[in-house]
Amino acid sequence: MPDATPAPAAAPLSEAAPQPNDAARRALRLLRAHPLGAFGGGVVLLLIAIALFAPALSPFDPVAQDAERVLHPPGAEHWLGADNLGRDIWSRIAFGARVSLSVGFLSVLLGSSVGALAGVVGGYYGRLADALLQQTADALLAFPTLVLALGIMAVLGVSTVNVIIAIALVQAPRAARVVRSQALAVANAEFVAAARIIGAGGPRVVLRHVLPHCVAPFLVISTSALGAAIVLEASLSFLGLGVPAPAPSWGGMLAGPGRDYFSEAPWMALWPGLAISLAVYGFNLFGDALRDVLDPRQRPV
Amino acid sequence: MNMRVYVLRRLLQGALTLLLVSIAIFAAVRAAPGDAADLIAAGGAETALAGSESERAAIRADLGLDRPLWRQYATWLSDMVTLDWGESFVSGRSVWAEFLRRLPVTLQLSIMGIAVAVGLGVPLGVAAALRQDTWVDYAVRVFALGGVSLPHFWLATLVLLAGVRYFTWSPPPGYQPFVDEPGTNLVQFIWPALVLGYSGAGLLTRMTRYAVLEVMRQEYVRTAHAKGLYPGGVVSRHILRNALLPVITVAGIAFATLISGSVVLEQVFTLPGTGLYLLDAVKLRDYAVVQPVIVFFAAWVVVVNLAVDMLYTWLNPQVRYA
Repeated sequence: MPDATPAPAAAPLSEAAPQPNDAARRALRLLRAHPLGAFGGGVVLLLIAIALFAPALSPFDPVAQDAERVLHPPGAEHWLGADNLGRDIWSRIAFGARVSLSVGFLSVLLGSSVGALAGVVGGYYGRLADALLQQTADALLAFPTLVLALGIMAVLGVSTVNVIIAIALVQAPRAARVVRSQALAVANAEFVAAARIIGAGGPRVVLRHVLPHCVAPFLVISTSALGAAIVLEASLSFLGLGVPAPAPSWGGMLAGPGRDYFSEAPWMALWPGLAISLAVYGFNLFGDALRDVLDPRQRPV
Repeated sequence: MNMRVYVLRRLLQGALTLLLVSIAIFAAVRAAPGDAADLIAAGGAETALAGSESERAAIRADLGLDRPLWRQYATWLSDMVTLDWGESFVSGRSVWAEFLRRLPVTLQLSIMGIAVAVGLGVPLGVAAALRQDTWVDYAVRVFALGGVSLPHFWLATLVLLAGVRYFTWSPPPGYQPFVDEPGTNLVQFIWPALVLGYSGAGLLTRMTRYAVLEVMRQEYVRTAHAKGLYPGGVVSRHILRNALLPVITVAGIAFATLISGSVVLEQVFTLPGTGLYLLDAVKLRDYAVVQPVIVFFAAWVVVVNLAVDMLYTWLNPQVRYA
């Protein structure tokens, strides 16, 4: 079998002992090739840091009202100003990052995982399971996203957990679609047939051989889903059906009676919206770069 | 595949999806804590536990809530289809009449929004693809990502804020139908439509750019260049005609789903449309309104998707003659 043994001259080049800074150099090359993606990744990291260290970064209690500081303009004391109840806007934004990111991450984790699992099962087993799951996904995709979320909130009632469930349900069929098509391709690959021939059972093949190949599309769809999840959470909070007050949420800061003071204190309207946009922008840029890296078809000719 | 078979299959598939949607909505509302009788007995108040037990039993019998579930579903479905939508639990007014009265607002907003989205998104996407990895491409991509990233309600808030603060302008109060007051109507709708259109444009720009890039890589494009066809001809005859087909699909779907943004913009600009109707009903948990309105929106998406698919098949000779 001369074909099976690799040419000895070629082997040392590609399989040289891994240099300690090989990974670092590759990462650097990726950053340089995708400056927008790197910027997005940086924004995401910054927001995670703000969320994690919110108490240390906030000079004020985010829910404490202070009649003497009502509509205090931005300055040395209140970096981003104070709102109509005298609450410090920067502190509310820092704590709001916790709400936005945790709701975003949890809902996408839940929705993408359920969707991905359904997609793998449908794509691998095919037939009835696939048809059923596809029809369910179609039905869920028939709802405009916010309308579906509103409907779920109407049934479940307003609470943070229900917001997460609503966003996860919006997200699940989208993840299922993407992962299913990948699983479908992998299910017919030779190594999957080989695994079955040596006696691996269904669940083992799915977990060990099919699932790992679905990781890349899963990551891409989840990253861009995070942006969408944050907008959806903010929209629900803005409409008064999201994270309940007085918990500081970016969408909620733009809603309610405070709106009457926006023309007098525009900083109240500016910063929360910027925070939402920056978060979504960051996740979208990062997700785009991730797709470019993982999907070679999109590379420039 | 035969055209007729394909169309029939698509129609059946759409019908099946709608059936599932209706079952899901029916089941979800049935599974919700507290039923309609509680709500009516409480007179639409949010704490829905007032009213005596016998009173509630009477209302249940009246609404048919004591019959077997599948009978209830069959009755409910036929009511939905025949537009016999019943009355709001809260206001007691006919849901269909109120919905119909508000539909023109949402339709106008959606149509103006999609016009902005297509008018901005398609040319920008084509320009970005033809100049891939130049500053044009980067600028367009940043602009498009803005459309996807900036939330409607914030942009709309900023528009109103800028109007009031810097131009002493605010939208004319009270909705005016286009047929009565075309001028006032357009002033009321142009800003929400621009905000709505910008986010649609973000999506369309990205899709158009992607589609054009795909086609530019095809062999027939290289051949067209190689045989010496002038570049403009390659773009208009070979690239655009092929690349814009999938864009039609995306634009159609975007049009159907603009309703999501419409809910938010109707709220911010206080336009009395169907989105605002749904939102108010959700807040009061007025299922008598929430159910039919959501069924309508889902059906709307399914029907528009179907229509777009048919249009695509009809426009695409590769599918038509296959």
